[in-house]
Amino acid sequence: MSTSSRPRRRTLADRGIDGVTLLVLPAALFVVLLFVYPFVYGLLLSFAPKEGGWLGNYTKFFSDPYMYGTIWLTLRLALPVTLLNIALSVPVAMQVRHMRRQRLLTTILVLPITLGTVLVAEGLLNYLGPQGWLNRTLILFGLIDRPIRLVHNYWGVFISLVITGFPFTFLLTLSMISGIDPALEQAAATLGARARSRFRHIVLPLIVPGLAVTFCLAFVDAFSVFPSAVMLGAPAGETRVISFAAAQAAFEQYDYSYASAIAMIMAVVQFGFVGLVLAGRGLFYTGPAGGGKG
Amino acid sequence: MAIASAGFRELRLDGMSRNFGAHNALKEISLTVQRGEFIALLGPSGCGKSTALNCLAGLLSLSDGAIWLDEKRIDTLKPEERGFGMVFQNYALFPHMSVRRNVGFGLQMSGVPKAEIERRVDEALNVVRLTSQGAKLPGQLSGGQQQRVAIARAIAVEPPLVLMDEPLSNLDAKLRLEMRAEIRRIHRLLGSATIYVTHDQDEALSLADRIVVLRDGEVRQIGTPQDLYRRPLHADVAEFMGFRNAIQGRLVRREGEEVEVDCGFAGAIRGQAVDVAGDRVVVAIRPADLVPMADGPIHAEVTGLEYRGEGYYGTATEPGGAELYFRTDAPLGVGAAVQLGAPAERTLVYAAGGVG
Amino acid sequence: MESALERLWRTLVWAFVIFFVVNVLAMIATVVINSFGTRWLSSWLPAAFTLRWYASAWKEFQLGDVLLVTFQIAGAVVLLSALIGVPAAYALARRDFPGKPLVIVLFLLPLLVPPITFGIPLATVLYKVGLAGTMWGVIVANLVPTVPFTVILMIPFIEQIDPKVEAAARVFGAGTGRLFIHVLVPLLVPGILAATLLAMVRTVSMFELTFLTAGPSSQTLVVALYYSVFAAGVRAGQSIDAMAVIYMLSTLIWLIVALRFVNPTQIVARVKKAAV
Repeated sequence: MSTSSRPRRRTLADRGIDGVTLLVLPAALFVVLLFVYPFVYGLLLSFAPKEGGWLGNYTKFFSDPYMYGTIWLTLRLALPVTLLNIALSVPVAMQVRHMRRQRLLTTILVLPITLGTVLVAEGLLNYLGPQGWLNRTLILFGLIDRPIRLVHNYWGVFISLVITGFPFTFLLTLSMISGIDPALEQAAATLGARARSRFRHIVLPLIVPGLAVTFCLAFVDAFSVFPSAVMLGAPAGETRVISFAAAQAAFEQYDYSYASAIAMIMAVVQFGFVGLVLAGRGLFYTGPAGGGKG
Repeated sequence: MAIASAGFRELRLDGMSRNFGAHNALKEISLTVQRGEFIALLGPSGCGKSTALNCLAGLLSLSDGAIWLDEKRIDTLKPEERGFGMVFQNYALFPHMSVRRNVGFGLQMSGVPKAEIERRVDEALNVVRLTSQGAKLPGQLSGGQQQRVAIARAIAVEPPLVLMDEPLSNLDAKLRLEMRAEIRRIHRLLGSATIYVTHDQDEALSLADRIVVLRDGEVRQIGTPQDLYRRPLHADVAEFMGFRNAIQGRLVRREGEEVEVDCGFAGAIRGQAVDVAGDRVVVAIRPADLVPMADGPIHAEVTGLEYRGEGYYGTATEPGGAELYFRTDAPLGVGAAVQLGAPAERTLVYAAGGVG
Repeated sequence: MESALERLWRTLVWAFVIFFVVNVLAMIATVVINSFGTRWLSSWLPAAFTLRWYASAWKEFQLGDVLLVTFQIAGAVVLLSALIGVPAAYALARRDFPGKPLVIVLFLLPLLVPPITFGIPLATVLYKVGLAGTMWGVIVANLVPTVPFTVILMIPFIEQIDPKVEAAARVFGAGTGRLFIHVLVPLLVPGILAATLLAMVRTVSMFELTFLTAGPSSQTLVVALYYSVFAAGVRAGQSIDAMAVIYMLSTLIWLIVALRFVNPTQIVARVKKAAV
């Protein structure tokens, strides 16, 4: 017994597996059991519809414009919002990185992320409403004559996604830009590069890969927008997002198989965009942004 | 050689000062650099030498004073408008660009035509002997090679002045000696004026035409390596230049430069007065010059000895309790009594109390 | 010319930052003011101020129960994610083993996939095994992102501790258990606090997973808030906002404490750095 087990133990140890390594098992098992398994279960369940063949759920989804239209309605929100948030984050991060009281600003910006979409939606309902401060201020300055409608439509959801999304992309962008060795830009400056050239030739190429990842995270988040689309938008109309359709299938029709199919479609669209972006990212330099080995 | 420095007659620092809040990092530095000269800014860390270099490069603005390049005042210009070459301590190579693009970056920024860029990049790589590595990314090169790229990038724009910020501090000892020789060779080849920041006396002595010793943001001495090595003007400079023995004493006799100092030893110490005001003085001697001799005035007890190939270096305590550093050709046992002395022409005497 | 343009650009960027911050703060202020206002129809501020909405919100929404449930759930999630997550982070920080990158990806996925996407199949499974609708169902669902979150957040904290410290403790005779208690835990306290506080914030403000798995008796504050807004009209907006203020306080307290240990950029950036 002992002679046969001894060489096996040694090879395990040689490969770096010992008691300490096993500490990873409970957490790993947990994730497999409660993340991977439900996903696989949901995938299989989606191929076992209440009625119709194994593709029944998917044909049902893609033959009903009210259902497949949700993909377009969600993309119409998520893509522009994500691009806008990133486009805003880069110039702001470029200015803020040298700021002395940076922490105050980052703390204020982390508020909307912490409060979450439900609270932001509730706050915006008042704030953006016809009698809210925003409309009142715009009227006060004579920018508009009568209140503009910003809630229970596309723009309400759009604004809420900027408010929760911009701080997220901004903080990621700031951490990337702060990670660039300042000596690189100084070196570029001594070589005659003006501010705009320094940004174009040094900073931008170094953050593009990180921006791609940021885009993926922010897009996936925006694409799964749920509470604000319901509370601030028009969940039966122009902001009928795909996650709402999935939740309806699960909790109003109690069709878990169909709901899982919609969740899978959601995942496929998300992964599709992520895959495209990450493939493009491969074309750029992705190593460390330090100035050298030392 | 096609790469050559664009000329200027002289670069003049006129009372250059820089404050960080209440802290004066640079106090009225004045210095004139001639065309083609190699200047080393030497000092311990925190002495302001890197601040001075950054002010020259335009990376820091001046709090007071001016910088003139011939008749043109340049301290108000941005770094990108000065046209100097700079080699950074950690090289600051652009990690996402090939070696060739790194070296050609300055030329690209000044709008030099493509073919011309290619030609000059070839030349610069040739000067630093890296012609075969042009397509690689900086991350694929060794530390010494990265250093060469950084130099090539700085000289490719043919700058009137090259600034180097402790360029060798990240290299190991052997490579450091090698690159030191390289920098000397390249400087001789191109003839561009160079300002080189270092805390290493050997580097400064071996490279520079003139050395500027800085301390607490002030110039303590400007001189040739020979001046500085033989005759530091102040006690603190002497200590920094390797005069490790600093013995307090009282001036007893003075005849021109020749002085005798009573340090409480068996005999008076004879030396050269460099910077003496009252009769409280400090005597500075290099360990290599303090040797056992039959009539040596210092009676001391050996406390330690180490072998360094060309001789033995030891420590000893004198009767007053101070520690002395000396050199000897023959080994001595710990605890042995020894009589130490130094040649008068290599014994320098300064006013006591540090700054004078 | 150039510098005038640069200055204009800088002004524009800062104007946007100020505009954004002012709007965020004004939005939060609206909620707070409304919760104290008597009637706020067509004016800049409410007609008068009162505390009665808090009393009515407390009664109408059974906030006492909801708060209790919220903190029971959050407490259990925090404790369990630390117990499961910290040892795993230790193993990942200290050992190299075949398949380690795969394990890291396994821990990253639940953080990168949005909760609503995996929440629906997860809820389906939890309904099948009868956990959904109970407090344990909500706890389990919330652990799915917080366990990996703790693992990923703790790895750099543990890597910072020089393994030689542990070696030294072992040389002086500490076994694995005593090593953990006397050496590692004290050194890791800031990291564990940061991770658990952030897990706390995440759990209290996690809407999607709780929404998908909670029953009437296992709702957390954020879900109760959602339902009350959803069914607005039945109740006064002010008492909903009173509840929103209570919710805000219950997340912000933990955030403020957490910010003593980490800076705001790290809260979002840690995960991303692992992902790159």
